[in-house]
Order: sequence, then C-alpha cells, then structure tokens
Amino acid sequence: MKNWPLWEIFIRSKAGLNHKHVGSLHAADEEMAIQNARDVYTRRNEGVSIWVVKSEFITASDPDDSDPLYEPAKDKVYRHPTFYDLPDEVKHM
Amino acid sequence: MKDQNLYNYVLQHADSSLILGQRLAEWCGHGPILEQDIAMSNISLDLIGQCRMWYQYAAEIQDEGKSEDEIVAFRDAWDYRNVQLVEQPNGDFAQTIFRQFLFDTYSVHFYEMLINSKDERLAAIAGKSHKEALYHVKWSGDWVIRLGDGTEESHDRMKAAIDELWSYSGELTKPNETETKAFEEGYGVNLAALKEKRDAKIREILTEATLEVPESTYTHEGGKDGRHTEHLGYILSDLQFLQRAYPGQEW
Repeated sequence: MKNWPLWEIFIRSKAGLNHKHVGSLHAADEEMAIQNARDVYTRRNEGVSIWVVKSEFITASDPDDSDPLYEPAKDKVYRHPTFYDLPDEVKHM
Repeated sequence: MKDQNLYNYVLQHADSSLILGQRLAEWCGHGPILEQDIAMSNISLDLIGQCRMWYQYAAEIQDEGKSEDEIVAFRDAWDYRNVQLVEQPNGDFAQTIFRQFLFDTYSVHFYEMLINSKDERLAAIAGKSHKEALYHVKWSGDWVIRLGDGTEESHDRMKAAIDELWSYSGELTKPNETETKAFEEGYGVNLAALKEKRDAKIREILTEATLEVPESTYTHEGGKDGRHTEHLGYILSDLQFLQRAYPGQEW
C-alpha cells in the first residue's frame, strides 16, 4: 500500500457550484480513489460530486517565482471592476 | 406484547445489524490504511443507525416501556437473534471483507424487497437502509474482486476466508418459523426469491474475482432462534459492560 499513488480530491458542495480542492489520499486506482474520497471527505454531507486526479498530473507553479508571477498584479487596482455603480437589481456580483 | 412474531422478526434484523456494526467497529484505529479504516467505521455507523430504527420499533411492539438501549443491554446471548455469520471474528482483512460481502449481498436484496412490506414501518426502515446497503455491497464486492484477482497472497487469503465463512452463509436465506410466518402474513420478505438474487450476485462477483463458488450447501443455523457460537458472549460483554455496570447511564 506504500506503492499506492496519491490522488488530489475535488468536491462540489452543491449543484451549480464549482469543485473545490479538499485534500489528498492514497488509492490503488481511480475507482478506489472515488470511494475513498466518498468515505473520507463526504461523510458529513459535504458534497454531491467528486473529482479525483492523480497528484502527479498536477503541475504547480514554483514558489520561488512568486515575485515575478504575482507581485505585478498587486498595484493594478484598475483591473477590479470597483469603479462602476451597480444597479440594485443586479445580484451575485 | 402486540405481536410476538413481528417482534421476533424485527429483533432478528436489529441484532444482526448491531453485532456486525460492533464487529466492524473493532477495526476502528486498526484499518490497513486510513481511508479503509474510515470506510469500515462509516459502514459500522450505518449498521448501528439501522439497528436503532429496528430496536425503536421493537420497543413499541413490545409495549413494556423499555427503551432501545435496555433491549440491547439487558438480554443475554440466548435471547439474541442475530445470524451466526455476523458474530464471527474479524480475522484478517480478507475475512472481514468476505463476512461483509456475504451479509451485504443479503441485506441489499432484503431491503429492496422489504420496501414492499405491508407494514409501513418496515417499509420505511427498508427505504432508508436500502441506499446504504447499495453502497456497502459495492464496497465489499469491489474488495472481493481486488483481493481475489490481486496478488498470489491476497488471492490465497480470500480463498481462506471463503473456506472459513462459507458454512455461515446459508443461514441468512434459510427461513426459520418466524420468517415463514412473516412472509405468509405479508410483512416479511420471501427468502426463496431473495436467495436466487443473492446467489446470482455472489456467483457474479466471485467469478470476476477468479474465485470459485464452493459447492457445499451445508450451513450452520440457529442464530436467529438464539443458538450462537462461542463468540457472541465475548462481544456482548464488551458491548453491554457500561449499561450493566452503570444501569440507565446516558451520554
């Protein structure tokens, strides 16, 4: 079981919402990963849909690159649509 | 007592769920991996939840003012009516899986058929429990296939588990007097029809698992009428200790 691959687990908490990363677990294959995720991450009614993906297929950004990647966005407040007056009828913005 | 036969019928199923739930709970903290440890605890809790519905109904039928806890804690082994299969020891993981599989293939069809019971309470218990049983049989069936069709060692262990437990399988579908009467009166399940469905399911899964279905039809029996193997007394001494030592104690 040491050889079982690691899987990243994504749960959709209710219809219409997006799947969110909740954690990871070990399983022999995708079917077992789904079952394990069901048992580990939805036992308190957390979800209605599960995605699993092998951790090895996730490509992550390098923490050392944080400055060039994310720093430049910090002073560009004009990219946030906060300068518009929203009519009251528009909800969920 | 409103209806002795209905009471016995309800108690049989309550006791089988309780004892199997207790057995599975013994794995808590000892599972082969964290994820399966949780899976077994979940199933254990499902079974305990199911038995509570049964015991609550039993208490109403009995009509002596007893609570579900009193029915569980203050009966000795010979008054327990669970099948002998569920009191068998956990053994290794393969043995636990096969015991579960034998029970799940029964209970999934049992609840599926009990939904049509003319007793509304039984039908309601069945409706809720059937969904859980569908997941249980998927879980245990998948494991039978994984272990049977896995490595040489897992195959051998699965085979040993079958040899160990096969003779406890038949009691589940062999009607006793209570079950025969329950079926005749329209609230119980037709075990002959259930047996056909269950046998087919067992054959399907074992074949996929590259395991053989034993030819023997010999079965231990009597659990449903209070005759048990040596194991039940030990289970009860664990299970009942608190209420025996501190009667009426609550959470």
